[in-house]
Order: sequence, then structure tokens, then C-alpha cells
Amino acid sequence: MRRWLAALAAVLCMAAAADPTERLTDPNQEARARALFAEIRCLVCQNESIDDSQADLAGDLRRLVRDEIAAGRTDTQVRAYLVSRYGEFVLLKPSMSWGNLALWGAPFAVVVFGICLMILHQRRRIGSSELSPEETARLAQLAKEDAR
Amino acid sequence: MIAELGAFALVLALCLAVIQAGLCGLGRWRRSVILVGAGEGAALASFVAVAIAFAALMTAFITSDFSLANVVANSHSEKPLLYRIAGTWGSHEGSMLLWCLALTGFGACVAGLASDLPRGLKTMVVMTQGLLGTVFLAYTAFASSPFVRLTDIPVEGRSLNPLLQDPALAVHPPFLYAGYVGLSVVFSFAVAALVEGRVDAAWARWVRPWTLAAWSFLTVGIMLGSFWAYYELGWGGWWFWDPVENASFMPWLIATALLHSAIVTEKRGALAAWTVFLALAAFTFSMLGAFLVRSGVLTSVHAFAVDPTRGVLLLGILGVTAGSGFALFAWRAPTLAPGGVFAPISRESALVLNNILLAAATMTVLLGTLYPLIREAFSGEAISVGPPYFNLTFVPLIGALMILLPAGPLLAWKRADAKGLLQRLTVAASLAIVLGILALALITPRKVMACVGLAMAAWLILGALTELATRIKVFQVPLAEAWRRLISLPRGSFGMTLAHLGLGVFVLGACFETGWKLEAAEALAIGGKLDVGAYHLVLADVKGVDGPNYDAERGRIIASKDGRQVCVPQPERRFYPAGGQTTSEVAICTLGLSHLYVVLGERRGTADQPVWLVRAYWNPWALLIFGGPVIMALGGVLSLSDRRLRLAVGRRAGTSA
Repeated sequence: MRRWLAALAAVLCMAAAADPTERLTDPNQEARARALFAEIRCLVCQNESIDDSQADLAGDLRRLVRDEIAAGRTDTQVRAYLVSRYGEFVLLKPSMSWGNLALWGAPFAVVVFGICLMILHQRRRIGSSELSPEETARLAQLAKEDAR
Repeated sequence: MIAELGAFALVLALCLAVIQAGLCGLGRWRRSVILVGAGEGAALASFVAVAIAFAALMTAFITSDFSLANVVANSHSEKPLLYRIAGTWGSHEGSMLLWCLALTGFGACVAGLASDLPRGLKTMVVMTQGLLGTVFLAYTAFASSPFVRLTDIPVEGRSLNPLLQDPALAVHPPFLYAGYVGLSVVFSFAVAALVEGRVDAAWARWVRPWTLAAWSFLTVGIMLGSFWAYYELGWGGWWFWDPVENASFMPWLIATALLHSAIVTEKRGALAAWTVFLALAAFTFSMLGAFLVRSGVLTSVHAFAVDPTRGVLLLGILGVTAGSGFALFAWRAPTLAPGGVFAPISRESALVLNNILLAAATMTVLLGTLYPLIREAFSGEAISVGPPYFNLTFVPLIGALMILLPAGPLLAWKRADAKGLLQRLTVAASLAIVLGILALALITPRKVMACVGLAMAAWLILGALTELATRIKVFQVPLAEAWRRLISLPRGSFGMTLAHLGLGVFVLGACFETGWKLEAAEALAIGGKLDVGAYHLVLADVKGVDGPNYDAERGRIIASKDGRQVCVPQPERRFYPAGGQTTSEVAICTLGLSHLYVVLGERRGTADQPVWLVRAYWNPWALLIFGGPVIMALGGVLSLSDRRLRLAVGRRAGTSA
């Protein structure tokens, strides 16, 4: 049953932000609204932004965001308002807070760690960089192979 | 009867897998060629048994045997033949059987074809495949058998999900599974190497074709899934950083890293432990992918065959299999010989950087997928991780990788000459920068990031061509001599050039499409008009259509440019009464490399004055997004056919899976 519900949700959730009946008249404000939609989660859908989703709730959220923008709120204010109403779950871009440190930091930590390891490895072994007889032989063989 | 045969064959396959693992292990211990030979025979027999089970299930689907619960849930007698066949792997149970078919198929390939492997290594590989087969076959036979009969036989099935009734998706799982499970061979090779205590150049050379085969399948599989999402989900997106997409993307990233680190191990004997680690990680990520997709712990637009109760079992399998692999690694890896020395500027260093960046990129995808779960488990706060996160982390990491990429193949092993490298790449770099600036100046609206992306794509493509030109010395020797060099190049080197070129092509398409895609939507009555970019669309009429198992409204839209008709897209909106679902069939006009993408939305207005919500997208150069990965996979296949890689083994592995 759950499978069918998931499929049904997927069908219902089809891009609808461009629906002409919803649009704002000011093209600048409309563009800002569209940019914001892509960052806001459709809370009842399967991992979709409200820009893509056709669910009723996504439509309500779009109307809310458009109303806020039309009332002259900034993007930051709109986001803060949505978070106060629905929690951080509503943002597709998680906040850069301490709780999310691992999320934002880990990929770059991997790079720094990897490069340090590589430099250490090279430092340690730089002393023994003479070729051994086997290495010379293998080099000759590889050179032959590459020339082929 | 046929179902009982299938169920019997499945249990038989399980017994044979146990025998395969037992005899190979015993044979290796007692140094008995006879026992090992019998174990290898069991590997072949196990594959045959799973193939019989699979054929039995397929027969049940083709003949619409509704006494099977699985067929009832996933098929319908009115469904076209192709989709009845595809229904075989459309459910959880069927896809696990497909997984087992691929697993035993690869095991049989190693047992039957890899005759040039050292005996001890081969025995351990076949044994490990047998152990993996035991685990997955036991799971399929006892916890997820597709051969369960119903006492109360219905007259009609409940149909396959209509979103899945699609040619790309019919062939998507076999490719994806061949890729996922192809990595099991690499896993087995790693386990075998750790048990035997030897990882050398020869080992790396044997591992590469299997990785290449799995990688090529995975590339095509992911591309098909993405293409399906592009035209089936109906808003022209092709990558959503969705958990299920991520689940297939992580093994691909690790397999890519493995392909590159195995070169270092093969040519220079270095990075042995790291290569083994990646080999273990690749299949671990495949299993993690299967677990994430099947268990329903994550919500996704692609989640179809979900069953949370079995998720726990799959998690157990993942824990035991990967856990023992990595425990073995922790125990045995320190005994592996450390590799050769290399200078900071050398091909080794470039490949190590490639691996660091790919590992970090995989980390990003892994965290982005699992962090919401982890955070919720620890603090109870629910957060979402969506595309904006990946754009800020994954994209810069891969961007850095792409900047380095053209330099890698031009560097010499051990110690390279930085000045010579810069000289060789000056032309490609300046051309790429000029192209980027030209795009910025000429294309409106002005999109800085997309232009940077275009320059990057040009850099990748020109870099790959520079590498080829350098290899054949095209500007240094007479043309005839260059031609002779070109045709005598090993296929593996063409394969690499093609794969790198394909990446450039993909980036080109992705940047163009993302940067300059246009969108328009309007509620149109018959004769209503809509403009998207340079194209003028008129809704000519909307007709009712009776499909084999659906009713549809089909719109006929005349698309013209500068007053000249260019194509007639006919998008549909389908209703499937069997499941009560509505889907849209988009119409795509391919114009050059670009797509005009038209969707017929819901009917609105009154009964005598109906209007339809029509959405149209202009997706410039979208074809390259899917063409790029195809070129990359072709590169993989070409490399596989290189005699130096004993390709016969890898190639046949593919067809049987």
C-alpha cells in the first residue's frame, strides 16, 4: 500500500510553480520568488522543492512566499518566517550552524586530511628515492610497454 | 508448476553457493585441485540454477500467472509484452532475484573464464563470491521469495506502476544491477588479496577489467535513470540529488576512484592498501544503495519497491558483509608492501589528488543523504538536505578535479616536468578561457556561473584532445607518421581519451541546459498560443485516446519558429484505471542538440469551454547531458576490449549479467 502511496505522491507532485494563475505581476519579485521556491521543501512530498511540486500544500506555501515578497519582505526574512512556522526541515539548504558542522565541514576536511597524508608520505620516503635494481628493470619494461 | 520449479531452483542455487564457498575454502586449505575444481563447478551450477529461477519468474509474468502474489501485485494482462517482461524485476522480490542472477553470473564468469589468474587468488575470489551468493540467495529465498502462491486467485493483476511503464526504465535496472553487482567481483578480489597477503601490479591488472565493466554498466544505468526522470516526471529536471539517485551515484564515484588508483598500483606498485580499501568500499556502497532504496528509510521520488521490515535484514547483510571485509582489511592491510616513491609533480600525485577529491565528493553525497537521519536520531530535529547543499559542496570539489584532469594524463610517472606540462596545455587553457569570455559577452541573459562551466567543459574537451595529439606527436612528425601512431595506439588509451571527452561533453550540456533553459506555462483553450524562447506554440486540438491499459487525452501542438513549422509535439495526460493514477507523457522535439519539451497539464475551465494547462521548456543542448555519459561508457568498453587488459573476461561478464 505504501508503495502505491509513494507513486501517487510522485504523480501528484509535478512542477507547478509556473502556473499562470499564481504568478506575481512584478517580474523581479516573481524571479525572486522562483529562486526561493527552489530552496524550500514541499513538506508532504517525496523530497521535492515547492518549485517542482503540484501538491496542494506546495501551492499554499508558494502563495505564502509570494505574499510575503509582495509585502516587501527580504529573502532572509521570508526564510526566517518559514523556519519559525515549519522548523528547519522546510529549508533544502541546511543552515550553517554548529549542529550541521560535520555536514558542511567533513568534505573539505577529507581533502585537507588527504593532502596532508600525501605530503607526509612523500616527506618520509624522500630519503630512499634511489632506484633499486628491480625498479630499474620494471622501468625498462614499462617504457617498452608504453612505447608499444 | 513453473513457480514451484523456480522456488526449487532458487533453493538449489543457495545450496550450490554454500557448496561453492565450502569446497573452494577447503580446497585452498588442503591445496586440492580437485576440491577447488568442484567448487568452481558449483559456481557455474549455481548460476544456472538462478537463471532457471529467473526464467520461471519471467514466464509467470509473460503468461500473467495470477496465482503468484508477485505477479498479481506487479502485472496486468493488458500490459504490453515488454512491460510484462520488465515486471519481472519491477518489484522488490524480482529485483533481488535479478541481483542474485548478476551475482552468481559474475561468480560463474570468474570460475569459468579467468583461467590466467594465479590459482590461489582465483580460488579465494570464487570462494568469496560463493559467500556473497549464500547471503543474498538466502535472503531472497527465505525473506523475499517471488514465488509465493496465493490460495485465492484473482482474475486480474494490480498492474505495474504506470510511471515505470517506459522503455528506458524497463532496461534501467538490468544495467544498474550489472554495475552494482559487478563491483562484487572487485570486492572478492580485495578479500582474496588480503587473505593471500599479496597486492601487486598483477593483482591490480586483474582487478581493472572487472571494475571497468561494472563502471561502464553503472554509467549507462545511472544515465538511463536520469533520462527517465527527465521525461517521465514531467518538469524537465534530470538530477535531483534524490537519495535514490545518490545511492547509485556513490558506487559510481568510488568505482571511478578505484579505476584511477588501480592504475597507480598496476604501473607503480604504489597505493596498494588504498586500492584494496576502495575495492571493498565500492561494493559496500552498492549494498548501501540497495539498502537505502529498498528499506524506505529515506523518502524519494524514485522509491518504488519499498518494504521497511526487510530493510532491517538488508542492513544486517550490509553490516556483516562490509564489516567482515573491513575487519579483514584492518587486520591484513598493514602487511601489504608499501609502494614506490614519487615527486610532488608526477602522474602518481595527480592520481592521488583525483582520489582525494573523489573520496571527498563521495563523502559529500553520503553525508547529504544520511545526515538528516543522523541528526534526527541524535537531536530529534528534522532537517532537509537538498540541491543547494550539493551545489555548494559537491560542485566545487568536482570543479577542482576537472581543473586538474587534463594535466593528469600528460604528466610523466615518478617525476614530471612542470614547465613542459604548462607549455602543452597553454593552447587548451587559453582557448577555454577565450570561449568562456565570448559566451559571457555574447549569450543573453548573462550567466557567470554557466559561462565558467562552459569554459570548464571546453578545457576538458580540449585537454583530452591535447593529450591525444601529444601521444601521436601530431605537430612534431609528418602527418603520415602521426596517423600511423594514431592507429597503433592501444585501445585503452583511446578509452581514456573518450571517457574524459565524454565528461567534457556532459559538463557542456549540463551548463548550457541549467544556465539557459527557458520555461513558459499558460492555460490554453483550443487555438491558444504560448511562446517559449524563439518558438511559438499553438494548441491545435485535444483528443481522447484509448491505450492498452489507460485512457488518455492527447494534445496536438504546432510548434513554429519564424513562421515556419518545426515540429508537432503530442503530449498526453494518461489515466490508469487499474491503479487509479494519472501521469503525463511529455512530448520532446529534438532540434539539433536541444530539446523542446512540452507537457499537457490538467484540464480546467468549464465543460463547454475547457482550457488545458500547457507547459513548455526550451532545454538547450540537453541531448549532451545524456550523450556525455554514453561516450564515457563507450570509453570504458573500448578500454575493456584492449588486449592488454585480458578483456575477453570482462566483456563476457557483461553479457551474462
